[in-house]
Amino acid sequence: MSPRYHAGLHRYAIFVAVCTFLLLIAGALVTSNDAALSVPDWPLSYGTLTPPMVGGIVYEHSHRVIAATVGLFTIILAVWTWTAEERRWLRWLSLAALGAVIAQGILGGLTVMLNLHYGMPVAHACLAQIFFGTVVGIALFTSRWWITTQPQLTDIGSPSVHRLALFNAGVIFVQVIFGAGFRHRDIPIWPHVVGAFAVTATVTWTAIVLRRRFSASRQISRVRLLLHSIFGVQFVLGLAAWWSRLTTADAPQPMLRMIVLTVTHTVAGALTFACAVAVVLLCYRLVPRGGEAVEARRAEAALS
Amino acid sequence: MHRNIDRLGIALACCGGLFLVLPGCAQKAEVTGNRPTPAAAASPADPVGAGAIRGSVRIDGPVPKPRALKMTTDPACTAAHPEGFASQEVVADASGNLANVIVYVKEGLGNRTFDAPKTALELDQQGCVYVPHVVALMTGQPLRVKNSDRTLHNVHSASKNNREWNRSQTPGAPIIEEVFSHEELAIAMKCNVHPWMKSYVAVFQHPYFAVSGANGSFEIKNLPPGTYTIEAWHEKYGTLRQTVTLGAKEAKSLSFAFRPATGGN
Repeated sequence: MSPRYHAGLHRYAIFVAVCTFLLLIAGALVTSNDAALSVPDWPLSYGTLTPPMVGGIVYEHSHRVIAATVGLFTIILAVWTWTAEERRWLRWLSLAALGAVIAQGILGGLTVMLNLHYGMPVAHACLAQIFFGTVVGIALFTSRWWITTQPQLTDIGSPSVHRLALFNAGVIFVQVIFGAGFRHRDIPIWPHVVGAFAVTATVTWTAIVLRRRFSASRQISRVRLLLHSIFGVQFVLGLAAWWSRLTTADAPQPMLRMIVLTVTHTVAGALTFACAVAVVLLCYRLVPRGGEAVEARRAEAALS
Repeated sequence: MHRNIDRLGIALACCGGLFLVLPGCAQKAEVTGNRPTPAAAASPADPVGAGAIRGSVRIDGPVPKPRALKMTTDPACTAAHPEGFASQEVVADASGNLANVIVYVKEGLGNRTFDAPKTALELDQQGCVYVPHVVALMTGQPLRVKNSDRTLHNVHSASKNNREWNRSQTPGAPIIEEVFSHEELAIAMKCNVHPWMKSYVAVFQHPYFAVSGANGSFEIKNLPPGTYTIEAWHEKYGTLRQTVTLGAKEAKSLSFAFRPATGGN
């Protein structure tokens, strides 16, 4: 029996995903404006909830307020999912999202308290992407499309499309780590550059495989095109961000073009990762794995 | 299919857990703490035979144009400089005489130890700028940071060899007094509220250092006779070195010239 569709919950999950995306922009603005340490205390800002909104405090405190709001929204999402959903794994996933947003808040605090050391900013940046991917997943799982019966596709190639999609998402996530490492000055640029070519290769490979094996599937074609488009834009944004860094390296303060391009590159990276997660989920939803495919064929044979 | 989603969820959760554990191993600590330097018997230089090194620092080449800072993110800062304010990164006169260069004895003092002066040095925040731009002091000598502005600042000592600290300082807040225990050239003092605010604090274990003035001149006094490596450090142009031998009561002259295109010579 299919699980019940909760239109309100699905719309709310999309809303939380959009808010999370705004939070990612706010967080990226903090880093690009070198404002992370503009508020030395945590969780309050200068001992209050309403510090003077000047200079870097505008970015850091806004980020904190938006993060707290998203945290609150995630609590509601978890409670709603837990009470309305009959799928146990989805209820646990909503709790995992709540755990991630709490951990993310603590990491944000530690980032400030430990003066950006011990890899905290990188961990904070990467967990943000995991949280975003999780919320996007919840939005997908709660959709009407997900719970209604879909024609199942057969995957006869090797490697399996599931493994390839997971590998693709994994490579993109490693690239996210390299990007965050470089952005927070923990590692040089070259791992991120090598990563860009690795992601180009895996995204292209994934897209070719999806096109060859499942060109008839409208959903897979859509998500494939989306992944390719976002990644293409992201690659160009990466070059632009690097150019902006090189041309403003000598500047006495963060320059507007560097801020705009690095922030856009960062959040486009989050979109790329979320899109790769969506590819994984669609593959699992539409393409039965080896054992399941055999079971499905047996069931079909038994019925006929 | 749902079983697969279950497995996927578990795998994601495990990755998340691992991910939270890994950062602890990601970066070694830079913080060393302001532990007191082990006490050692001071052997002050003999003031009777002491000499001096005087000289000047200049730019060998065209003097870069001063770059205006954009302070528009804080009205109090803009109000403090109605006609604008230039970055203090390179401060040089028309002749190329370079200010804010730290000239110090790099080598040649042997195992001598020196007592730190008790007098504190002051670093003020005036008009959203650190004044002075470069400060040099000894280990154990107090540094007093104050806020003369009508806006708040965070004072962030981005030290690599001493304990790093970051404190807020609202208008009229008490002076922050800090002591550095380890030599360091140079600690960037930042304000992240106003990202253009930066100064440098150099910490030495001896008193033989000077910061070049507006006309590029410097003087290192009371230096005992000996052969020394003298280094000049500038935040943008890097370092230059020279060796000098100083006799008893002798005063020697040194001149340093930074080439902007290539850094030091």
